[in-house]
Amino acid sequence: MFETALTDLWYGFGVALEPHNVMWCFLGVFVGNMVGVLPGMGPLATISILLPLTFGIKPVGAILMLAGVFYGSQYGGAICSILLNLPCHPPHAVTCLDGFPLTKKGRGGAALGITVISSFVGASWGITEMIFLSPILVVVALKFGPAEICSLMLLGLLAGSTLARGSPLKGVAMTVCGLLIGIVGSDIETGTPRFTFGIPNLFDGVEIVALALGLFGIAEFMKSVNQLSEIDTKYTNVKFKDLRPTRDEFRRAVPAMFRGTIIGSLCALIPGTGPTIASFISYATEKKISKTPEKFGTGMIEGVACPEASTHSSVQGDFIPTMSLGIPGDAVMALILGALMIQGIVPGPQLISEHPDIFWGLIASFWIGNIILVILNVPMIGLWVKLLTIPYKYLYPAAMFFVAIGVYSTNNDMFQVGEVVLIGVVGYVLLLLDFHPAPILLGFVLGPRFEENFRRAMLISRGDILVFVKHPISAVFIGLCVLLIVMQIYVRLRAPKSLPTEIALPTDHHKAAEAAE
Amino acid sequence: MGTYRKKIRTRLKIRHVSPFAETKDKKIALEDTPLFGTLLKKRDFYAGGLMTLLGAAVTLDSLSYTLGTLTHMGPGMFPLMLGVTLTLVGALILGTAVATPLSEDERILPEKPEWFAWACILAGPIAFIILGEFFGLVPATFACVFIPALGDRTATLKGSAILAAGVTVFGVALFSYVLKIPFPLFRWGF
Repeated sequence: MFETALTDLWYGFGVALEPHNVMWCFLGVFVGNMVGVLPGMGPLATISILLPLTFGIKPVGAILMLAGVFYGSQYGGAICSILLNLPCHPPHAVTCLDGFPLTKKGRGGAALGITVISSFVGASWGITEMIFLSPILVVVALKFGPAEICSLMLLGLLAGSTLARGSPLKGVAMTVCGLLIGIVGSDIETGTPRFTFGIPNLFDGVEIVALALGLFGIAEFMKSVNQLSEIDTKYTNVKFKDLRPTRDEFRRAVPAMFRGTIIGSLCALIPGTGPTIASFISYATEKKISKTPEKFGTGMIEGVACPEASTHSSVQGDFIPTMSLGIPGDAVMALILGALMIQGIVPGPQLISEHPDIFWGLIASFWIGNIILVILNVPMIGLWVKLLTIPYKYLYPAAMFFVAIGVYSTNNDMFQVGEVVLIGVVGYVLLLLDFHPAPILLGFVLGPRFEENFRRAMLISRGDILVFVKHPISAVFIGLCVLLIVMQIYVRLRAPKSLPTEIALPTDHHKAAEAAE
Repeated sequence: MGTYRKKIRTRLKIRHVSPFAETKDKKIALEDTPLFGTLLKKRDFYAGGLMTLLGAAVTLDSLSYTLGTLTHMGPGMFPLMLGVTLTLVGALILGTAVATPLSEDERILPEKPEWFAWACILAGPIAFIILGEFFGLVPATFACVFIPALGDRTATLKGSAILAAGVTVFGVALFSYVLKIPFPLFRWGF
């Protein structure tokens, strides 16, 4: 097992080091880092915008690039939180708590330096985990029949919708909406057009690019327009030599880094708990075990190292269920899976054996990408800091063009541009009603496969709905689903009295994270 | 509450962190209105209502497709299941709206609705469709950037035009010459 994994990894490096793949990887992390720094742009919007541009390139290059945008933006987001106290991306909201006080003390550079190191440590661990865990998962998953796949998908959907932010009920409602949007188009088995309202352009279904750009592009722009004010850049004068932490800071940050890494990788294994939850938990833990918890919030380097390491280790870990089981944990992973499907690749446990170049190439590119990011972030810090001053009023109109042309170019069809406007309006109404639209994408991507496997399971069991609890593996997944629901009800009934992690963190940062996303 | 919110705003340099107005003084007046009166003020009432209606519509519509049996599921079976689920979830959201007391931020629209900016953002792609269909990529691109740019409160005609021109040059170079999408730069398509 160990040896084959290493041989495969070696092969992966061969793929990832091909010049054009290195170029796509570089482009991905570069763009990702850039949008991570830019206030008001998130990885979801960026990946959706870049998605249509990847149709022309080979699947490996496309996936390397889109994945690079995702983890690259995590590096950039930290710069924004530490120097501006602006949590551009939710996972970095807690980094603000101690990062910005450090900046005020004049140690912002050191905090950034520590961030880069912890990010690299966290990411490296996440990648290692992926190398060894994915093949094991695949061996198990290949034995799954339709009933097991169905229950596993149900678990993934339920976890993705209830463990994310906001009300779990509303999350479930959004997931069901996503599944319904996934149904639009011709039925796979009979060819009957469903929910197409007689419009021929909808017979092929709703385009994932239109859905993503509507929900995370137009709806987000409508939410953020005129809401972000000029940014105070008085602390942003950071140079290369400022990045070096003192010996004492480094000594305190290293153990925190490793604790964060472990927490992040554990969070990655639970579907639905992405980097945001990992970073909040790790900050709370770090505060709890610290000898001087009262000093947190005044500029403790541990409070920067721990959440950043856990964010990155969980970001890389999120790829494990996505790539090895074909079940995405959050909307970003759903988009990457969508990109694979557009390229004609069926996600699932057979992906590693059928397309080893994609899987191992992706893993190898993580290392390469992370090394590129360290190189990009350390000497070029001045450039990223300058990017912070680009106002939102120039960003969103330019992005609107990419939304329109991107969605047009998927099928060279103007109808899709109209579709994206409509989805944008609906998405904004949902945002106003306090729904988080991310689970829609999750449901949309999994929907067709869920239905297919459900039908197959029913056919095999001759219409016995109890098949899902009769098969032992499937029963375990269903049991976990029930446990998840019971747990949610229990927590809600006792809330808001006892949610220790949430009390430990000032609520304004929660709000800020929501406002920024 | 007032100072707390102010503190957040100054700390984060975001003009409206919470897009919802303070309804504290209104709340006192509402306390003696009947249940249905307060219910109509709740955001979750509309959220749950919307989902229930949507679920019901899906359920009814799915009955028009062949249902089939559980063994041989027709095209209508899965939508029916989803429709029923959505109706139930919507009803549960409605239920929580009834059960929870009126909170302070029930406002659905932001404190200062940006009708003009929203209209500008939506008008951008619509202009892209119309101009793209009849006049070609260049005017469509220009309009698609220019109109949304006007939505910002500090935007000027000149600044927006410069931004739009810049994006047009870059966008046309990228999409027409590098990616070669089939979209004429100019046309007269009536």
